[in-house]
Parts: sequence; C-alpha cells; structure tokens
Amino acid sequence: MDFLTSKSADVSEITNTALDSHPDARSPDKPIIIEPSQAWAAFDLRSLWTYRELVYFLMWRDLKVRYKQTFLGMAWAIMQPLLTTLIFTIFLGKLARVPSDDIPYPIFVYAGLLPWTFFANAFISSGNSVVGNAHLVSKVYFPRIIIPISAVGGRLVDFAISFSIFIGLMAYYGVAVTWNILMLPALVALVALFALAVGMWTSALNVKYRDVGVALPVLIQFWMFASPVVYPSSLVPPRWRWAYAINPLTGVIDGFRSALFGREFNWVALAVSTGITLILLAYAFYAFRRMEKDFADLI
Amino acid sequence: MKLTIKVENLSKQYHLGASHASLMTLREALAGAFSAPLRRLRDNSRTAAREVVWALQDVSFEVRPGEVVGIIGRNGAGKSTLLKVLSRITEPTAGRVELYGRIGSLLEVGTGFHPELTGRENIFLNGAILGMKRREIELKFDEIVAFAETEKFLDTPVKRYSSGMYMRLAFAVAAHLEPEILLVDEVLAVGDAAFQKKCLGKMGEVARQGRTVLFVSHNMGAVLQLCSRAMVLTGGRCVLDGDVSTAVSAYLSEARSTDNAATFDTEPDKDVQIISMSVSSLDGESLSTHPYTEPFCVRISYRVKHWKVGSYVCVDVFNEADMRLLWSSDVTSVDDMMVERPAGVYEARVIVPGMVLAPGRYYFTAAIYAPGRSAFDARDRAVSVEITDSGSLLSNFGIKPHAATMIPLSWETTKEKEVGRRA
Repeated sequence: MDFLTSKSADVSEITNTALDSHPDARSPDKPIIIEPSQAWAAFDLRSLWTYRELVYFLMWRDLKVRYKQTFLGMAWAIMQPLLTTLIFTIFLGKLARVPSDDIPYPIFVYAGLLPWTFFANAFISSGNSVVGNAHLVSKVYFPRIIIPISAVGGRLVDFAISFSIFIGLMAYYGVAVTWNILMLPALVALVALFALAVGMWTSALNVKYRDVGVALPVLIQFWMFASPVVYPSSLVPPRWRWAYAINPLTGVIDGFRSALFGREFNWVALAVSTGITLILLAYAFYAFRRMEKDFADLI
Repeated sequence: MKLTIKVENLSKQYHLGASHASLMTLREALAGAFSAPLRRLRDNSRTAAREVVWALQDVSFEVRPGEVVGIIGRNGAGKSTLLKVLSRITEPTAGRVELYGRIGSLLEVGTGFHPELTGRENIFLNGAILGMKRREIELKFDEIVAFAETEKFLDTPVKRYSSGMYMRLAFAVAAHLEPEILLVDEVLAVGDAAFQKKCLGKMGEVARQGRTVLFVSHNMGAVLQLCSRAMVLTGGRCVLDGDVSTAVSAYLSEARSTDNAATFDTEPDKDVQIISMSVSSLDGESLSTHPYTEPFCVRISYRVKHWKVGSYVCVDVFNEADMRLLWSSDVTSVDDMMVERPAGVYEARVIVPGMVLAPGRYYFTAAIYAPGRSAFDARDRAVSVEITDSGSLLSNFGIKPHAATMIPLSWETTKEKEVGRRA
C-alpha cells in the first residue's frame, strides 16, 4: 500500500487543511444535532461520501486479514473457483453429462461460478458484517451502512482476481471476445448491488436474530441450484421459466455467459433482474436505517 | 457566550429483557419483516407490558470551549450511556443535543485494532475508524510512533506486542485525534502507572489548548486533578453540576454506605447476583466498629443461576480518601479457577487480618467477574467498618497513625560499635 510507505508531506499545507477536511468539520454555527430519528428519515448520502476513506480501510483490512495467515495467500482467490470448476467438470460435465449450450463445460461452469461465487461470498460476508464488527458498532460512530458496503467491496477484489484467470481459460479454449463483453461492468455492478441489497438487510436482521447468520449457508446452497450456475437455464421447462426468472441471479448469470461467449442477451430477464434488484435495494436501505439505531443496544 | 455542547432534556430508555428478542424464531422474524406495519402495532402493545429502564432522564447542561468536565456516579448511573449518546453510538429516546465542532470519542483504547495487522497498519486503520483522514494520519505518523515508543516494532503484528506496548500505541493514535470535543470513558483504568501519568498529561494538554473534554471516571484523584467542573449522575439524572471538589465530595458521601451490612433487591435476569454483604467478627457477630488488633470478616452472599467456569468473587478495600488499599479474590490457585458452582445461594467469607488497616473508616466493594472481565454483578462501597485504635502502644502516647496501613514489622537493633565518651 503506497500510503503506508510514503513519507512525503508538505507540513504547512496539511496542518491547515487536515482538520477542515474531517467528516464532522462543519462551520461553527452549523452544529451536529442529535435527536431521536424518524423511521422515514432520508438516508444521508453525504455522510457516506465523507466517510468514503473508511470504506476503503475496512475493505483493505478484510482482505489483508483474510489472506495474511493463509499459506497460499492471495492464491486462494484463484484456487477456489478453479477447484470448484474442476469438481463440477468431472462430476456434472463428464459423469452426469449436464448440457452446456455447446460451450466446453469447464468454461461454461467457470463463467457461471464467476458471478455466483462473487454473489455468495459478498452475501455471506455482508450478512455477517455488522455482527462481526460488533466491537466497532458499540464503541465508535460512523454511518453503519459502511460496514456491509465494504464487505461487498472486498469481495469485488476477489472477483477481479478470479476473472483474470478466466481470461487465460478463454484463450486456452479459443473463445473469441465479442463486443458483448462491454456489458460486463454493468452486470458486475448488478450482482454487487443485488448482493448489497440482500446482504445489508440480512446484516441488520442478524443483529437481532442470530439464527439468520446460521441459516445463510443453507440458503446459499439451495440458491445455487435455483440459479443457472452448473446447468444452463434452457434446461428449465419453458412453462416454469417465468418463475425461474424471478430469481435476479438467473438473468445476471445468463447475461454473464452472453457477454463472455458472444450469445444473444435475454433483455427481458435482465430487465426483471434490474427491477427486482432496485426494489430490494430501496427496501434494504429503508430497513437498515430503521434497525440501525438499535444496533449498539442489541449487539 | 459561545457553547460547544448544549444538551436539552436528554433521555434514554432501555427495555429490560430486550435481548430475549433474539430467542424469537426465524419464521417470526421473516413474517414480521414482510408485514412491518402490522408488527409495529403489535410491538407497541408489547412495549407497554415490558419493563423499561431510564438510563438517562431529563439531563440538561451546557459546556463552553476549554472546559474539562468530569462525569461521576456509581455503576449504572448513566455515565457511559451519556457518552454513547453524545458520540452518536446510540440514539436518545427524547431530547436534543447540539455539538459545535469535531467530536472524538475514546470509549475504549484501541477500538478496531486488529491483532493480525502490524503496528503501522493499525495506526492507519484505527486512525480512520476514529475519524482521521489519511493525509492527517500520514502527517502525524512520526509523532504517534514517538509518543508510543514502539519504533522498533512497527512492522510486527500487534498480537505479538506486550500489553503495555499495545496500550501505548492505541492511546497514541487517539491522543493525536485533536477534536474540539473529546469524550473519554474510563480509559485510564488500564495500563501501568507511567502510562496513566502520560495519558493524564496528554489530556491536560488537550484542555489547555482550549478544547472541551468530558471525562468519565471512577478515579476521583484523576477527576480532581484534571477537571474544573463535575456532574454527578444518580439513576440517570444529573443531581449536581458544579465545582469539581464539591461534586466529588457529594459523590463520595452519596456513593459510600456507612452501614456494616447491606442487602440488595433481587434481579432475576442476572446469572450471578450479589444478594447481601456484611462486615462481622470471626464468630459472625455483626460489627460497625472493630478494634485494630483483631481480624474481621467480610461476607458476600450471592445467588447463582448460571455459573461460568473461571469466574471469581473479589473485594476492594477503600479508605476515607477513596484510595484503593487492598484487592483480593477467591481465586488463589489454578484449581480455584476450575470450580463449578451449580445454581444456588453461596456465601464467600474473606478474613482481613488484624493489625493491617490503620484506625479509620474503610469501605468495601464486592464484585463477581466472569472470565473475560465482564462483571456479573458489582456493589460499590456497599458496606463499611470503623477500625478503632484498641490500645496500640502508639495511642498511649497520643500519636495518630498517618499511613493507610499499619502493619507490625519485625525490628531488630544491634550495637555496631563501641564509642568512647569523647570520640
């Protein structure tokens, strides 16, 4: 990390600006007001922006701690999807002969595991994030929403690493890159927002009902088979497709494959995914705000 | 006049047994979340039935820049709740606070320190958590390291630090926060004497720079040394706000009991609860005065609902000047740590030997701690005894002891050298 080693500092300049740039620095006649809040109080996006450095530091801490004591370190971010791909290829691709829309099964399943692993890890990390940071919540103030956001953000780095491996796999299997790949950033953002929506809501609920944290891994396991991760969505009978598409991950994972393999996008499914994600996100923001004021008392 | 803190009718309510909510099933939780408006209706009716506790009640005060205000009171008087509300960790139930300037709250030393990260990394992480900008931390980095005296270990994970080094580093970061308003909660209770002195010095410095400090402490010495003004909280209300020496003596006379026995209301929620304390002679006879030469007994009865292995009972002895003279616990060996106490009522007796406490009045605090240092129950200065001078030789000569303890030590005198009348 560059800032840890850089020692250059223009002292006179910083002493003048350091205090003024602080999150809580306001003009003296504009005080910080503390009052019982209203349930519908608007979410203060400005305070989130002023604390953006803390988002970065919490992400950095999580990544650092996650890989510091493991022998292989960051290599785990690569090994995890590769090993999973290997297992699914052997058991589902070779033995069970699950169809894969004429794409070699290893990259078919890897392309599905990319968004899925990101979603599952981000969901679990953010769902447990508030409880996991109880010592911060009960001792220091900052917008609580930073906690689930940085948990999702940290998993984005893992995603970037496993994606770089995918580029190698695509070259190996001779898959041509098409213009469709330009949709990828939007799809990644959609997965991140969806993981944030469910993760944020879960993290708040987890403070009060700890069984939520216990139930998460079970839910995740079920959810994987309810999404087109290891099999193509064309396997689902047409009359059930509509129900299948309610799961926002259906549209997103299919979208990932379309972007990576140059197939036709299913715009209807993507629109459904986006719509459901935005509605859930709005609800999660509201629910989180309603519950966050009790965090310190319950945690 | 300019103000930095303005608190108006601040109240904070807690629901007793709020933690029981965690026993609700996931099904109820999910159902409730999807029918939020309905649930709120139900919650209201339930709230009425539940018992509530006012941790803060109608507290109002104003603080001007540069004032150092001590907040004192017994355990559970609302001191920590007040600081938590002011630092925006928890919301008030009613009332309003206006804060003018940047707030730094030090409710704990080393909040957010991660054992796996190095000293250098933790300075940045902890600084960011306390609200410092990265540039600001970079600028003060050398100063922080110098203050903490940990240059050599900057790239060592803090889990390998000694506890003294850890505390110094953690306090060093917080001390360089430079807020206009500093809220400090009992952080000086940890660390060695040199460290405490350093912390007190730093806080005095902060105050001299014209910043406002709110300081919660049980250490009356530190409060007297540091603060110009103090508030006494009792049961969530501010009962006195004024000159520090007036407040401290009011607190001490309120806080200490001059009874030699006390019984406490049953609190069924507590896993372990102290139900009574008394001072008595060795044969169980109740005492309010006791001769200096004779041993006596402090009895602590407690009720156990759920015992945790490793818990211990301890007693503190304070003198009239509120100095902690003695501390003792019922754990004296490894076997004691392993004791399992099934539900029931127990009595712990500790014998204070004669010829230790000099004549004067002494106050006894009893506490039961669970492993990990969270108290099951604590009773602060709940009983006391007057030690009388029972004809020590000194008293025959009319000499009063001027030390806190007076213990017979062995003396020996030998003649070293023969000296002539005219040396």
